[in-house]
Amino acid sequence: MADDEVSLMAHLLRRAGVGATREELEAYAARPYEDVVEDLINPERFPEPDDDVIVRYFPALTNADTPYLWSARWIYRMVNTQQPLREKMALFWHHVFATAWFKGEHGPSMPVHVQMFRDLGLANMRELLLALSRDPAMVNWLDNCESHATAPNENYGRELLELFSMGVGNYSEDDIKNAAHAFTGWTFEQPIPLYPYGGYHAHFVYKEEDHDDSEKTFLGETGRFNGADIIDIIVRQPATGKFIGRHLYNFFVADEPGVSAWSVTEPQDPDAVAQLEQAFLESNGDLRAVMRVLFISDFFQQARFQRVKCPAEFIAGVYKLSGEIREPDPQMSHLQLSLRSMGQALMDPPSVEGWHTGKEWIDGGTLMERVNFAVDRVADPETPGTASLIERLAGEGSLSPEQAVDRLLDLAGPLEVAETTRAALVSAASEGGDLRFGSEEERDASAHRIARLVGLVVAAPEYQYA
Amino acid sequence: MAANGNGGGKEPVLVVVQLTGGNDFMNTLVPYNEGAYYDARPLVNVPQDEVLGINDELGFNPNAERLKELYDAGNVAVVQGIGYPNSSRSHFRGMDIWHTCEPDKISTEGWVAKLIDRLDPEGENPLTGVNIGRGLPRALAAPGVTATSVGDVDNYGLMTGIEVEEERNANLEIFKRMYTPAVGAGLVDEYLRQTGGDSLAGAEVLATVPGQYSSSVEYQSNPIANSLRDVARIHTAGVGTRVFYTNHPGYDTHSHQPPVHPKLLTELSGALSDFMADLREHDAAEEVAIMVFTEFGRRMKDNGSGTDHGSGGGAFIIGDAVKGGLYAEYPSVKPGDWLNGEDLQHKIDFRGVYGTMLEQWMGVEPTEIVGGEFEQVKPFDRTLVA
Repeated sequence: MADDEVSLMAHLLRRAGVGATREELEAYAARPYEDVVEDLINPERFPEPDDDVIVRYFPALTNADTPYLWSARWIYRMVNTQQPLREKMALFWHHVFATAWFKGEHGPSMPVHVQMFRDLGLANMRELLLALSRDPAMVNWLDNCESHATAPNENYGRELLELFSMGVGNYSEDDIKNAAHAFTGWTFEQPIPLYPYGGYHAHFVYKEEDHDDSEKTFLGETGRFNGADIIDIIVRQPATGKFIGRHLYNFFVADEPGVSAWSVTEPQDPDAVAQLEQAFLESNGDLRAVMRVLFISDFFQQARFQRVKCPAEFIAGVYKLSGEIREPDPQMSHLQLSLRSMGQALMDPPSVEGWHTGKEWIDGGTLMERVNFAVDRVADPETPGTASLIERLAGEGSLSPEQAVDRLLDLAGPLEVAETTRAALVSAASEGGDLRFGSEEERDASAHRIARLVGLVVAAPEYQYA
Repeated sequence: MAANGNGGGKEPVLVVVQLTGGNDFMNTLVPYNEGAYYDARPLVNVPQDEVLGINDELGFNPNAERLKELYDAGNVAVVQGIGYPNSSRSHFRGMDIWHTCEPDKISTEGWVAKLIDRLDPEGENPLTGVNIGRGLPRALAAPGVTATSVGDVDNYGLMTGIEVEEERNANLEIFKRMYTPAVGAGLVDEYLRQTGGDSLAGAEVLATVPGQYSSSVEYQSNPIANSLRDVARIHTAGVGTRVFYTNHPGYDTHSHQPPVHPKLLTELSGALSDFMADLREHDAAEEVAIMVFTEFGRRMKDNGSGTDHGSGGGAFIIGDAVKGGLYAEYPSVKPGDWLNGEDLQHKIDFRGVYGTMLEQWMGVEPTEIVGGEFEQVKPFDRTLVA
């Protein structure tokens, strides 16, 4: 199989998913690229991941509603799903519509919130924003439950425009106020009292008596607008196409500066963002159509290793390589701490602005967490993924240190590395001469050396990129 | 003692303790003769007869007894009524503002990171700024500035999961080579490699710390005590750290405050007191000043179980060079004086408290770091800087 096909497929799957095993990559690469893209953007062609298995085999992961359990479940889905883009879109929207568990008493609404992203992440933007505006976790997070006909709370109206759709500079303060008025009465209620029954997720309710039905002017249009009308108008705006296009570019193509800089800094590839904007506007906000354009584009296919992996991608990607947590595993209960230490507690972002991405994922503390996590997972010949790499290399007869390094960089990626990195790996591989697999002793020694090399490959700076 | 003496060549060290979640300052330093306080706090109050009074108006929460002992010994400056205009009640926004000194816009440059940059502009020592905890708070993060985050001094470092020592050392050698600057690397890659190299260098030095420490002080076993013990271990090892940062989580007492908050204050007070004793035992106290802060205070009225986010917090500046007492002004708790009808009014801007520590203790010009000139307090009766 041509190497560049595998490389391209690995790139696609790192972006549309969290990476893929070598076996998965080879199966994908045997098919036309466009067909694989169609499968990815049409996840309903494949069965849902069976995370019920967690309930059956691992009751401790389900009997309490806390972020750490649900984070572990999410990582498990990312690793095991046959619908990788569905999970990736959910992660993307979680970055954009950053909502956190920590605020108050409605934590159990968070898994429902994430499920909404799974269900609508590739739907129409209008449907997605409508569901978002009705989502109890969001209503609570941005205080729309405190927004009343006579006393609107502007928090949701503001962030809907500033962070969720159009970006700063494309609307006025009056537009914010009027959007807030239009969403009055959009609230939620608890199914049963929190105390003493414990947390259950809440349900959206529309309270007509608490809705301001007066005439409003929003982005130049006037009417007795309700929230859904506001969303209709937002989705028609070119600014929304550009803003969402830039978000997609940042998350799926190449790291951009932080969102707060977007009103003053043009995209690094304005033409790419313009293509996404155009796809958004021509399809009236059909996200599936936009993702098709993105994945098929040259700018996407050429943007290899142009993003620093976010911690969730990093962790799930390491598991793809290590072959672990294919079934629920006790180590999953530590995942929330690993995510948090790397700076990305899923379902608990620091603020509505979301996480700062790209190079801001990396500092002395988080880099050490990432390296240690990855090395701990793979640098053992017994680890399933590592064992399978050893088996592949053993099948190739004896290998020089250079050959072993190049084969591993290929099988674990394929990864492109700087010459300094490769030279360091080769010097590690050289300790002990050629790798041989003749006798049992040679096989054991080579297995141990390969496991060490796999550990060093994931510790390399290049492994931090997607 | 000579004022402004340069204590035997020692350089000043700042220890920042962040009480995460919004400490209820009013229940820490209690206005125990104010009827308005007890009216507003029918459930979540400190009974008058339990308060450890320091004057006719204010007294410490009885669970902060060991902090009061430090206060009585003249080692604690209480800065009262800290805040900033239009205080954010969001934790993360609130904490972000404290970390970056930017109330009106989002900034990614932490104030402690800027201090580290002033102290070590060439980034020669990755341990100039050390955070005790996993992950790096935004206060210590800024482009081009290295700060080291230590989750566990006893097991700190890269690839600590590799048990065979020679194997691990050989791997670290390879790691060092992989993270040397690459030819033609982009800016992100350059930064990544620099960070990797710095982490390794810092870890090598920190690995020597536990073996150098012994102490007769027995800290309690809780997160803040463990963290401050780690600060003491690193500081007394003399690895050149000038700024330590750590946090004590759990202060977001919306509910069940009556059992939770006292426990936190007991842990904090004990940890601070043991830490001071430990430093003194090692003749390493005179160069250290501690600043204990929180991102906001809590609402005047309790909610029947706890207190919601409010404003007007307080800070403690602790050390042997501190001139103990009360600074700034306790906000009025009378209902007519409440901000927006529910909050304490702040009396001093938090950036002035940072400025105090930066300028008077660390000898660093604060205006640029805190983004302006703000009123300071004068809590030191001697310093190591001219």
